[in-house]
Amino acid sequence: MTGTPAAMDKRVTFKGLWLPLLLVLPQIVITAVFFFYPAGQAIWQSLYIPDPFGLSMKFVGLGNFEYLLGDPYYRASFLTTAVFSVLVTVVSMGVALWLAVLADRLIKGSGTYRTLLIWPYAVAPAVAGVLWLFMFNTRVGVVTWYLGVLGYDWNHVLNDNEAMGLVVIASAWGRISYNFLFFLAGLQSIPRSVIEAAAIDGARFWTRFRTIVFPLLSPTTFFLLVVNVVYAFFETFGVIHTITSGGPQQATTILVYKVYADGFVGQDLGSSAAQSVILLAIVSVLTIIQFRFVERRVHY
Amino acid sequence: MTKIISAAVLTAVAGTATPSFAETEVQFWHAFTGRLGELVDEQVASFNDSQDAYTVTATHKGNYSETLNAGIAAFRAGEQPHVLMVFEVGTATMMAAEGAVRPVHEVMAGGEFDPEAFIGAVKGYYTTTEGEMLSMPFNSSTPVLWVNRDKLEGAGIDPDTEMTTWDQVGEVLTQLKDAGVDCPMTTAWQSWIHLENLSAYHNVPFASQENGFAGADATLELNGPAQVKHISTLGEWAQDGKFIYTGRRNEGGANFRGGECALFTESSAGYAGIKAEADFAFDVRPLPYWEGAGDAPQNTIIGGASLWVMEGHDEADYDGVAAFLNFLSSPEIQAKWHQDTGYLPITSAAAELTREQGFYEENPGTDVAVAQMTANEPTANSKGIRLGYFDQIRTVIDEELEAVWAGDKEAQAALDSAKERGDQLLRRFEQSTR
Repeated sequence: MTGTPAAMDKRVTFKGLWLPLLLVLPQIVITAVFFFYPAGQAIWQSLYIPDPFGLSMKFVGLGNFEYLLGDPYYRASFLTTAVFSVLVTVVSMGVALWLAVLADRLIKGSGTYRTLLIWPYAVAPAVAGVLWLFMFNTRVGVVTWYLGVLGYDWNHVLNDNEAMGLVVIASAWGRISYNFLFFLAGLQSIPRSVIEAAAIDGARFWTRFRTIVFPLLSPTTFFLLVVNVVYAFFETFGVIHTITSGGPQQATTILVYKVYADGFVGQDLGSSAAQSVILLAIVSVLTIIQFRFVERRVHY
Repeated sequence: MTKIISAAVLTAVAGTATPSFAETEVQFWHAFTGRLGELVDEQVASFNDSQDAYTVTATHKGNYSETLNAGIAAFRAGEQPHVLMVFEVGTATMMAAEGAVRPVHEVMAGGEFDPEAFIGAVKGYYTTTEGEMLSMPFNSSTPVLWVNRDKLEGAGIDPDTEMTTWDQVGEVLTQLKDAGVDCPMTTAWQSWIHLENLSAYHNVPFASQENGFAGADATLELNGPAQVKHISTLGEWAQDGKFIYTGRRNEGGANFRGGECALFTESSAGYAGIKAEADFAFDVRPLPYWEGAGDAPQNTIIGGASLWVMEGHDEADYDGVAAFLNFLSSPEIQAKWHQDTGYLPITSAAAELTREQGFYEENPGTDVAVAQMTANEPTANSKGIRLGYFDQIRTVIDEELEAVWAGDKEAQAALDSAKERGDQLLRRFEQSTR
C-alpha cells in the first residue's frame, strides 16, 4: 500500500482508505447487527399490531403510542421508573464507593476482601431476586422474622414502599461489585504523593476525600453513572419479575418490566415494541444530558 | 425427509434418545419439570414402546409462558413442534392463530376419537360454540377449599364444621381470629379463584359473548353484584386480618403446607405438594359459595393446559399425532395421571376407572374436585373463559384486587376500574385478530 502522501495533519493517521475501514469494520458490523438492526425492527414493529405468529400485521401508524400515552397507568410508570432508577444508581454507587474507600485503606488481606466483594456480580439477576425474596418472604423470611421481633410488620406484597425498597436493594446489590471494582481501580490510580502532600498540609480524611480524591475519581464516577442508569432501565426486569411482578398494584411496574410482561408473557408485540422505542428515546436523551451537562464537571 | 433429519439433529443436540429413522418423529414441547416432568416422560416412553410406527420426542421448554413463546418463535422460524402445550390463558391467542394451528377435531377426524368421552367442563373450555374441539385437554384442575383440621381443632372448632357457604366460612374465620390464629385464610391465583371461578360457580357472566366464546367483541362483566359482594367481603376480611394476602401466584401454598394457615383456596392439583409436605391432618372441601347470589352452586371451571397441534408438517406426521393424542386420553393413562398428580381425570372413563381401583376410598377428598366440576351441565357462564390478552387482563385484576386488600379502594370501584382497563385490552386484541 503506497498511497499518495496526502496533506495530513499532525495526528497519527493510517494511509489510504481500506486499512482503516478494515480495522473499524468489526465494530461497525457488531453495532449494526446487534444494535441498529434490532432497534430498526422495534421501530418498524411499533407501527403495527402484529399477530404473535407473524401471520398478519395490521398497520396502525402511531396508534400503539397513542394507546400507551393515553393510559394513565402507563404514564404513572414513568415516575415509578425514575424513582427506581435514581434509587438503584445512588444505592449501588454509594455503597460501592464506601466499600472501595475502605478497601483502598486496607494494608493486609485486601485481596480476600476484594474477591469476596466481587462475588455477588456472578449471581444472575433472577437468582438474586429469589434470594432476596426468600429473606424478605412475608411469612417465612429470615429478615421479616427479625423485623417482627423488633416490632415491625414487613409486608411487601401489599405495601408499596416496602416493595419498592426490596426491588431496589435486590437490583442494587448485584451491581455493587461491579461499581466497587471500578471505584477501587480509580482510587488506586490516584497518586499517593498528592494525598500525602495534602495530609502534611493538615487536611483531614474527609477534606482530602472531598477536595482531592472525589474530583480525581470523577471520570470513573461519570462512567459508572451512565452504565448504572442504563442497567436500572434495561436489565432489572428479572428481579422485578421474581420478586413483585410489578405489584403491589403498580408500585414496581417500571417501563422495562412492562415491555417484558406485555411482549414476552402477554404476546402484545405491537405495544411491547412501541414501549421499547419510548424507552430507547428516554435513555438516549438521558445519556445526551449526562454527556453534555454532567461531563463538564468531570476532570480527566 | 429433511424435516426428519433436522428433527433428529435437534434431538441429538438436546441429548435425548436417538430416534430410529424408519419411524415418524413427533415433537412434543411441554412445560413440566420435576415430578410432573418425569410423569410426562413416562407417558411418552410407554407410547413409544406400545407401537413401532411413531416416535414421540418430548422436550421441556420452560414454564407455561416460556413454552408458549418457544412455540411461537419456532413457528416463525418454521421449526415448530407437532404438539405444543399451552396454558388456558393462551387459549384465545392460539385460537386466533388460524393457519398456525390445526384444530384437534380435524386431526382426529376419521379415527375412533370421541369428544363426548371428555368431562363437559373440561371439554367446554377448549371447544368452539359449534362443538368443535380445538385442542386436547391435558392437565386440568379446579379450585377447592383446603382445610388444616389440626388448626381448626386447636382453635376449638369442630374440624368437620360445615363450610359450604362463604357465610359459614366467615364465622369460622372469626372464631379462628379470636383464637389467635395468625393466618385464618389465604389463597392462590386470586383472579382465577375469586373472580373467574366465582362467576362460573354462581352462574353469572365474567364477560359478555358467553365469556368470550361467542366473539372477540366481548366486554368484561366482572363488576356485577355477586362479584362485588364477594370481593368486598374478602376486603373486609383482609382488613380484619382474617384473610392474608400472600401474592399473585401460589405463594400462599408454602404458608398452608407449613401449617400456618387454617384455610386455603387453591387448585385441586395442589394435592401432590400438600400430601407430601403437610405434617397435619388436612381435608379437601368443595369451594364455598354465596347462598342467594346468582345461581350457585353451578360448576367451577378449569385451569391448566391443553395440547395444540401445529400446522406445517408432512401429512403423514399427523397420523402419529392423532395416535399419540388418542393414547394420552385413554382411560388407563388418564387415571394414572389423575391419581399421581391431583389433576382432574379429563374423561369420564378415567374417573370411573379410578373409582373402580378404589383410589377415592384410600384418598378421601380426591373426588371433591371431580364432583364439583361435574355437578351440573356447564352453562354459557360456566363453560370457561376465552379472552385475548388474558394474561394482561389478569395483571390488571391483580392490581385492582391488591388495592382492595390494602384498603385503598372499595370493591365496586376496583372492579369497575378492572373492567374499564380490561376492556381496552380486549379492544386491542380484537384489532390484532381482524
